[in-house]
Amino acid sequence: MHIDDAILPLRIRGLSYRPNGRAVLAGLELELGIEGITLVLGANGSGKTMLLRAICGLIEPSAGRIEWGPAGEGGRPRAGVMMLFQHPMMLRSSVLDNVALGLRPLGVPAPERRRRAMAMLERIGLADRAGDSARQLSGGEQQRLALARAWLTGPRLLLLDEPTASLDPSATAEVERIVREIRTDGTRIVMVTHNLGQATRLGDDVIFMAAGRVCEHTPVQRFFSRPQSEEARLFIQGELPWHMRF
Amino acid sequence: MSAFAATFTDAVSLLVTFDHRVAEIVGLSLRVSGAAVVLGALIGLPLGACLAVARFPGKSVLTVLVNGLMGLPSVVVGVVVYLFLSRSGPLGEFGLLYTPPAMVVAQTLLVVPLMAAIARQVVDDAWQRYEEELRMLRFSWWRSVTTLLHDCRHSLLVALLAGLGRAMSEVGAVMIVGGNIDRATRVMTTAIALETSKGDLALAIALGIVLIFLILALNALAFGLRHWAIRRFG
Ligand SMILES: Nc1ncnc2c1ncn2[C@@H]1O[C@H](COP(=O)(O)OP(=O)(O)OP(=O)(O)O)[C@@H](O)[C@H]1O
Ligand SMILES: [Mg+2]
Repeated sequence: MHIDDAILPLRIRGLSYRPNGRAVLAGLELELGIEGITLVLGANGSGKTMLLRAICGLIEPSAGRIEWGPAGEGGRPRAGVMMLFQHPMMLRSSVLDNVALGLRPLGVPAPERRRRAMAMLERIGLADRAGDSARQLSGGEQQRLALARAWLTGPRLLLLDEPTASLDPSATAEVERIVREIRTDGTRIVMVTHNLGQATRLGDDVIFMAAGRVCEHTPVQRFFSRPQSEEARLFIQGELPWHMRF
Repeated sequence: MSAFAATFTDAVSLLVTFDHRVAEIVGLSLRVSGAAVVLGALIGLPLGACLAVARFPGKSVLTVLVNGLMGLPSVVVGVVVYLFLSRSGPLGEFGLLYTPPAMVVAQTLLVVPLMAAIARQVVDDAWQRYEEELRMLRFSWWRSVTTLLHDCRHSLLVALLAGLGRAMSEVGAVMIVGGNIDRATRVMTTAIALETSKGDLALAIALGIVLIFLILALNALAFGLRHWAIRRFG
């Protein structure tokens, strides 16, 4: 199912991004192992979304490099990396067509695309909405649709940007269930969230970002019980002052 | 007053009796402008979408050019096409001047910039929003173009109807390259101009009523289509 298994582990070395002089990513260092769910925490503007965009090659870093796989190959990410945006694209067509979208560039023939997309909809509980217009789904249903679309392409590494940001508790639980299932399927997951409870429920490890750097990268339990940095401690208590955020 | 009323009554009777002259002229108008819009859409819509999605040097120059050409005076297009199609022109050997195909060519040239400009605008808006996600899904730029054209199909159909309106109500280009020949290249606008100058106001008014009715109908169709699309697809 997986297109390319050799992109993990992933090492990011000295990654910087300065679009207008200001460092949005400032010499970021990070290692991602071959499995698990990593939660990314950090204040608004600390560079979480930028990190995900850099990993999937949507921005050109000003300095540093990303090394893919055991051989540490550089360059652009290959197939197998997929990112879920906070406001996912919903084309003016059916739910089924929107889910099947990612299979088109892979050269999967149309009937097969529909069959696989339908099976995916069954899995995420949207099968009865297959023929509806995707734009008329609720926010939570759209998030699930986008998750299904990304999952269907069989990514090795899936980057999720606040997939539960505007969802109610049961929709959140539903998305979390799907995320766990995708992980069990063998996909490495990196997920940005502002929900600390979610981090403890889902995460194997936590990346805490501040000012465009990875401030801490530790197992979840340790992060909450014994945060290493002053920033992280204040962040967990909800008291991170403005001057320490960017 | 009574002369005016009489003319108007004559015009209406031409319409209700389905006068064959009126029918012939309206039919040719619809065929010529319809063909021009179909050709114009086939060229203009992909052109506009490519202009929105592709990256190449000179892109902004071309964009300004296309937008500017939208307001092209139809007589100018008429003269240019005339020069190309006239006996001594580069395409003179085909003998197209003063035939309906010549009128289709001229109107196509008028409609292409309109279609391209609208398509560029509509597709560009969608591209701004979806570019990263389409790249993420590994859509080639051409696949992105076709996907976005399909996604914007309702707005573009409205553009098509606008193009048909522009083509049907245009007079300068068809007059010059068609020559307004009776039963051959006479369309609504050229007939209205001629009949008015000849003093046959009844026919001119009858054709004017048909033209206005068609334009209104196109607009109503466009309006209905938009609402349907919004309700159906959000
Ligand atoms: N194109 C850009 N040019 C310049 N600065 C940018 C650009 N895009 C984002 N930034 C800046 O980069 C910083 C990091 O943005 P990013 O979106 O990664 O934050 P984030 O951690 O995801 O925040 P949030 O929790 O609010 O989503 C912000 O201060 C933002 O203003
Ligand atoms: Mg963000």
